Amino acid sequence: MQIAVLIKEVPDTATRIQVKPDGSGIVTDGIKWVMNPYDEFALEEALQIRDREGGEVVLVSFGSARVDDVLRQGLAMGADRAVRVSDDGLAGVGVDHLAVAKILAEALRRESWDLIWCGKQAVDDDAAQVGPLVAVHLGLPQAMVVLACHIDAAGRRLSVRRELEGAEEIVELPMPAVLGAQRGLNTPRYPTLPNIMKAKRKPLETIGVADLGLDADTLRAMCRVRVEQFFAPPGRPEGRILTGDPAEAARELVRLLHTEAHII
Amino acid sequence: MGGYLIVIEQTDGQMRRVSREVISTAKALGGGDVTAVAFGPGARSLAEEAGRHGATRLIAAEGERFSHYSSDGFAEALAAIIKGEEPDVVLYPATSWGKDLSPRVSGLTGAGLVTDCTALVRDGDDVLATRPVYAGKAFTRVRVTGRPAMFSLRPNVQPVTETGAGPASVVEPDLGEAGAAPMARVSGVERGQSDTLELTEASVIVSGGRGMKSGDNFRILDELAAELGAAVGSSRPVADEGWVPHSYHVGQTGKVVSPDLYIAVGISGAIQHVAGISGSKYIVAINNDAEAPIFKVANYGIVGDLFQVVPALTEALRQHKQNA
Ligand SMILES: Cc1cc2nc3c(=O)[nH]c(=O)nc-3n(C[C@H](O)[C@H](O)[C@H](O)COP(=O)(O)OP(=O)(O)OC[C@H]3O[C@@H](n4cnc5c(N)ncnc54)[C@H](O)[C@@H]3O)c2cc1C
Ligand SMILES: Nc1ncnc2c1ncn2[C@@H]1O[C@H](COP(=O)(O)O)[C@@H](O)[C@H]1O
Repeated sequence: MQIAVLIKEVPDTATRIQVKPDGSGIVTDGIKWVMNPYDEFALEEALQIRDREGGEVVLVSFGSARVDDVLRQGLAMGADRAVRVSDDGLAGVGVDHLAVAKILAEALRRESWDLIWCGKQAVDDDAAQVGPLVAVHLGLPQAMVVLACHIDAAGRRLSVRRELEGAEEIVELPMPAVLGAQRGLNTPRYPTLPNIMKAKRKPLETIGVADLGLDADTLRAMCRVRVEQFFAPPGRPEGRILTGDPAEAARELVRLLHTEAHII
Repeated sequence: MGGYLIVIEQTDGQMRRVSREVISTAKALGGGDVTAVAFGPGARSLAEEAGRHGATRLIAAEGERFSHYSSDGFAEALAAIIKGEEPDVVLYPATSWGKDLSPRVSGLTGAGLVTDCTALVRDGDDVLATRPVYAGKAFTRVRVTGRPAMFSLRPNVQPVTETGAGPASVVEPDLGEAGAAPMARVSGVERGQSDTLELTEASVIVSGGRGMKSGDNFRILDELAAELGAAVGSSRPVADEGWVPHSYHVGQTGKVVSPDLYIAVGISGAIQHVAGISGSKYIVAINNDAEAPIFKVANYGIVGDLFQVVPALTEALRQHKQNA
């Protein structure tokens, strides 16, 4: 089983996000970069499938050299090798999700895959777009927000449980397919010290978009979404904090919710 | 043709509330006719409801091929409809369904998509979107170049309005082979407990954290929720412990919610939790630690033992109702 896992690096969720004064982006100084949490579930699932069925798990990412740390971490978790498409030469293109997915799809097209795992969304832009877009580019079916995945390797079919609002649905689909991992799918393993050492010797290939037959102009021409401004969330008003006898405080709260907030 | 194409989420003739919000939003933005499109059994029967909120036409795709959802099949059909209709703007609900379908349509048509928007405004010929990033720790203003421009709207944010107009005229699409040979297909849906309200659509949420001490103790939150007609949620560790199902988990790596009222009980207010609730109109915190960070984002708070405060609040609400 050849399994690709799409890995994105994101700011640690404990990060306090600050917007630059000119609104052009967020302040990145001092941010700790980590593997997108949903990509960890995707990777763990890929590793479990490989350990069961044999084959190879390959990490694929588009980004700067900084991503290599996160890819090394994925290799230390047990992936076999990694490919990073470098964003060198794309400064100023302002790649949107259509372009990112195109780059990843072309990188994936260099080999053949049985499964392509990604996260259900990246916790920086919260877009939930790249997985389905990659699937379209490669002409593959998809199942996103996956809670459980049953593989019929001989029949080359998948039966996937995915989360909806207050419900779950079963999706039947052929392989190869793109699958997006949701929390609850598994519990990601921690890299052990010996595996961290081993990961240093695993192949991590860096390629450029030119190696994929793409260039800045082509990518710029396909972008459709432009983030014009970042801004901080509206502040919250000073709260009214009640103390003292619970029954009295509760009655006062109900009064405030009724007469001041008008929501009950 | 221009105008708006609204992709309706429906099951057997039941329109999801968010779709009423989306039609109303298009109507409020103005600058073009509003056409709705619905898939599957019962699609035709939405003409009256779609019309009431501002749609003049309803494209109803009811054929056998739409009896079970398929992300690729529905996306192909929708891409064909978009090609025929040439709308300026396509709007989706930012639900599991809409989030699954809309990026595939973007890929097929090359049209730009902005997901999970909390506001849309007109800017000349364009529509500008506001969308949260980092689960609401920051916001962005986003423009789509090219046509159509596609947006999905977060549920529970936009108001539902009625125009008093009659039913939308029903159109049957001529789809040829589009969507006739789906790859991925839904074979079954399992509903959760029918009496539990969905968090992302609830207007009141009561959430419990580690301060609840056990899953059994969530009973007092259920009682409070019943009095308020609220959905019940939780912090992440509580779901991880198995005190409540994973679907309860609110926050940056769980559900991002935007109710009118969010009551955080025995939740400290970690940054990942607060990110997921910052779209709430009112936040109430109940915690025995006056220094807990949750009080910094709360509109109202009670410092006290939740095992005393929660039952007292349930009782106070009951009395309030009796007196009303
Ligand atoms: C990558 C990552 C992602 C995460 N994502 C999320 C997320 O999406 N959502 C999320 O919630 N967390 C998330 N977390 C976890 C988060 O960092 C916090 O650990 C978590 O939110 C704390 O949960 P809590 O408030 O229930 O528990 P605690 O922090 O332990 O707080 C319990 C609170 O209960 C109060 N309390 C105790 N007893 C009583 C009593 N008798 N009466 C009243 N109050 C009482 C205490 O004063 C305390 O404030 C994430 C963490 C990581 C590392
Ligand atoms: N630059 C990238 N490199 C590799 N994978 C990515 C990248 N961006 C997004 N992905 C994958 O697509 C998923 C969804 O991302 P998004 O559409 O940005 O929410 C992520 O969880 C990753 O698996």
